[in-house]
Amino acid sequence: MCQAQEQYGGCGWPQGRPRVGCAQKCMKCKEASPVLVIRVGDAFCKACFREYFVHKFRAMLGKNRAIYPGEKVLLALSGGPASSSMLRQVQEGLSRETAKKLRFIPGIIYIDEGAVCGQSLAERAETLLQMETILQASGFPYHLAHLEEVFDLPSSILQHVPHNPAGPKNSYKEAVEGFIRQQRQEEGGGPPLPERHIQEKLAEFCMQDVPRTEGLATVQTEQLIQLFGSVKTLTAKEELLQTLRNHLILHTARAQGYSKVMMGDSCTRLAVKLLTNLSLGRGASLAMDTGFSDDRHGDVVVVRPMREYAAKEIAFYNHLFGVPTVFTPALDTKALEKASIHRVIERFLYGLQAEFPSTVSTVYRTGEKLSATPGDAGLAPGAAEPERCLLCSCALDTNVEDGSALQAILVSEQLSQQRLPAASPAGRGCCQGAEEQRGCCTNTTAPGADARADFLPLLCYGCRLTIKDMTCLESLPLYVRSEAERRKRRALMKLEIQEFLLEDEAVNPGES
Amino acid sequence: MPATCSACCASPAALRRPKTGHALCRACFLAAFEEETHRAIVAGRLFRPGETVAIGASGGKDSTVLAHLLQLLDQRHGYGLRLLLLSVDEGIAGYRDASLAAVRRHHRRSGLPLHVVSYRQLYGWSMDRIARHLGPRNNCTFCGVFRRQALDRGALLMGADKIATGHNADDVAETVLMNFLRGDVGRLRRGAGVGPAGGEGAVPRCKPLRHAYEKEIVLYAYFQGLDYFSTECVYAPQAYRGYARALLKDLEAVRPSSVADLGHSGERLLLRSDLRMPSRGTCQRCGYVASQTLCKACVLLEGLDRGLPKLGIGKHRRLRDKLRDGQPLTQEELRHLGAPAEGEPPEEQEPQGELGTDKEPWGRRELRGPQDLNF
Ligand SMILES: [Zn+2]
Ligand SMILES: [Zn+2]
Ligand SMILES: [Zn+2]
Ligand SMILES: [Zn+2]
Ligand SMILES: [Zn+2]
Repeated sequence: MCQAQEQYGGCGWPQGRPRVGCAQKCMKCKEASPVLVIRVGDAFCKACFREYFVHKFRAMLGKNRAIYPGEKVLLALSGGPASSSMLRQVQEGLSRETAKKLRFIPGIIYIDEGAVCGQSLAERAETLLQMETILQASGFPYHLAHLEEVFDLPSSILQHVPHNPAGPKNSYKEAVEGFIRQQRQEEGGGPPLPERHIQEKLAEFCMQDVPRTEGLATVQTEQLIQLFGSVKTLTAKEELLQTLRNHLILHTARAQGYSKVMMGDSCTRLAVKLLTNLSLGRGASLAMDTGFSDDRHGDVVVVRPMREYAAKEIAFYNHLFGVPTVFTPALDTKALEKASIHRVIERFLYGLQAEFPSTVSTVYRTGEKLSATPGDAGLAPGAAEPERCLLCSCALDTNVEDGSALQAILVSEQLSQQRLPAASPAGRGCCQGAEEQRGCCTNTTAPGADARADFLPLLCYGCRLTIKDMTCLESLPLYVRSEAERRKRRALMKLEIQEFLLEDEAVNPGES
Repeated sequence: MPATCSACCASPAALRRPKTGHALCRACFLAAFEEETHRAIVAGRLFRPGETVAIGASGGKDSTVLAHLLQLLDQRHGYGLRLLLLSVDEGIAGYRDASLAAVRRHHRRSGLPLHVVSYRQLYGWSMDRIARHLGPRNNCTFCGVFRRQALDRGALLMGADKIATGHNADDVAETVLMNFLRGDVGRLRRGAGVGPAGGEGAVPRCKPLRHAYEKEIVLYAYFQGLDYFSTECVYAPQAYRGYARALLKDLEAVRPSSVADLGHSGERLLLRSDLRMPSRGTCQRCGYVASQTLCKACVLLEGLDRGLPKLGIGKHRRLRDKLRDGQPLTQEELRHLGAPAEGEPPEEQEPQGELGTDKEPWGRRELRGPQDLNF
């Protein structure tokens, strides 16, 4: 049995084993003998499987009309099966004959997270070398970044940049036609294709600018390790890593002029992510976190074109067509099975999938029924830009409604650390007395508690949980802390001038 | 050295709250738990003065603590409620003996009036008789559906304005997980509603403990010396909810706030506005909320009465429509619905209704259910 299949056992693809009778023929071409069965009865030969796989990718992009011709698209490559397969799909798409050709300009980003995943410098260099071989072979411009670089990010990365209104949906068709017209003119003896030109230019630029491990400031590696050391739970570490990774990708996209980022989340991965985020209190942003298109940052839109491939399907494709992957250790590779919410969900879902083969697809389809647009939430289309979470940039979901779970939690916390009104004549808790503070009340030491109290209101429910699992906020990168400061100042300012403001949606130039 | 209570800063702490992680003494925990329940009742506007509230009493911990708290808070804060205990006897031999005894003890101690209604009384079938028809699987579908309606029918019988049930935060979290796993969008949307969710029957429902952790309910019962009977439904072992429950326990072990976090997620889920939601009308036969002509309970009863017990279970809509339209079923289709195989004598004599000879959607049959209730 193929190794790739065994590696991804139990997920997403009930009939993955090529249980094919010799008499059977490929269901598509009815000629060649099949090599695998996708669903019950759907046996494909190698060539038809490839066609099916490639078509699915193009259909996903076509259906959603998300990517404009000539647009710069950044592929986020992790070295894992799904994103590696995504890279191959883009290569396939760009090399097709004109009618079926993909018409965007790709680039690749790889982020080296070795510092927090227990890799030594030598191991990291080795991984990077393998990655670079793949990146160079792709022929696309690429960017190598180290997670350490988050310490150099500007705080503007946390700000929402409104999307350039030049490209509304209805003009997609015009854009395509315009692009084809232009191309035809150029083919008639004009200058080289613009995309090719830009690609070559970019490739040149990137090659010289590749950061190597030798150049890595050990100070920043230590800072990074210290940051993750201050996080008490693996669950929060996972969340923090995702947040920082997203910021770094967003920064690269903005700095290099990419307006789309492609993530390689498979159907199986998205099902895990849906249940994980549901359990992490991120119900409000599930659609954003897992949908095809994610526009929380405004100017740079994240798309997930691999979302309809099951993990097994991808593994099989990679195996059959020699798609290279690079193994990189994860944050939790050495951790126990039930060490984080992420691990618990993954194990649960794969287990249930083995028993009920439709589990993953049911969860995925449930996710598809969720809405990401505030328009569906009853907000008027012209309403003010919602307040966004400092860390994940989702709309804040922390307004306290009567009878809500959040209200109940706040009440419980308040009643558990303060004298109850009946029992305390003064009506206030002991914690106002500075002396007693350390002894009895929660785990707050004065400066840390202050920073935390300032921080929490800027965060969504889910990110609050992450920050609560940190012992020390001082180790957060500067861009996070200074943006928090800025927002706090603005909130205070707004409070001061509130009585003069006519409407709530009044000016907020810094954010909207 | 034991920690000091973080609420009064005086007494040694007796427990660590699962919900918040704070160390509290016994008195402060009890006071906090009662105050939280009170605030949830006020914030959710669950009751109005003068209302008669039927407390669904199973003899288990949740409903025992709920009955205790409602009585206590009603006196303390002057809600002005008429409280009563309502129990359902499914007719499972031995199963209810101990729990009904626990309810009776609570009834005697608290002085709250108690009413017990039986499935036989309400539906004409006891669970044991249903089980003999079905074999060990699928019984929980029946007892779940019947139990939901039983409370409504019983509450109406007693002239109650409202039903209060002991559902806790763990139940809510499990339900969120389960609806997601099953893709039950209709329920996901309903679960999203905050505040006093209207029930599915004629009597509105509320869940005053919906934000209380199961573990804290047990802690409260323990420190208050409340006596309850702990039991799982004997027909429940294969229920899908079991998976969600096991998952929740694992999640809670990793991050104790998961219970509340799932509750928050469930409230904030946004469904696409272009989704077609199942329409919710009322059952032609009994008046209960139903998306089709008949409510789930009436379909299940119909199946039982026809000797096709699986009629109401799973996706047999096509066959149901066929029956409704008076078309004959093939032997295989009949077997599919749980009819005894050919040549095999039916296990128990049941009237085999003639198919589709009447205008009534399910053919000629007696109106079933509590006819003395004005549904
Ligand atoms: Zn073929
Ligand atoms: Zn957030
Ligand atoms: Zn105390
Ligand atoms: Zn049951
Ligand atoms: Zn009915």
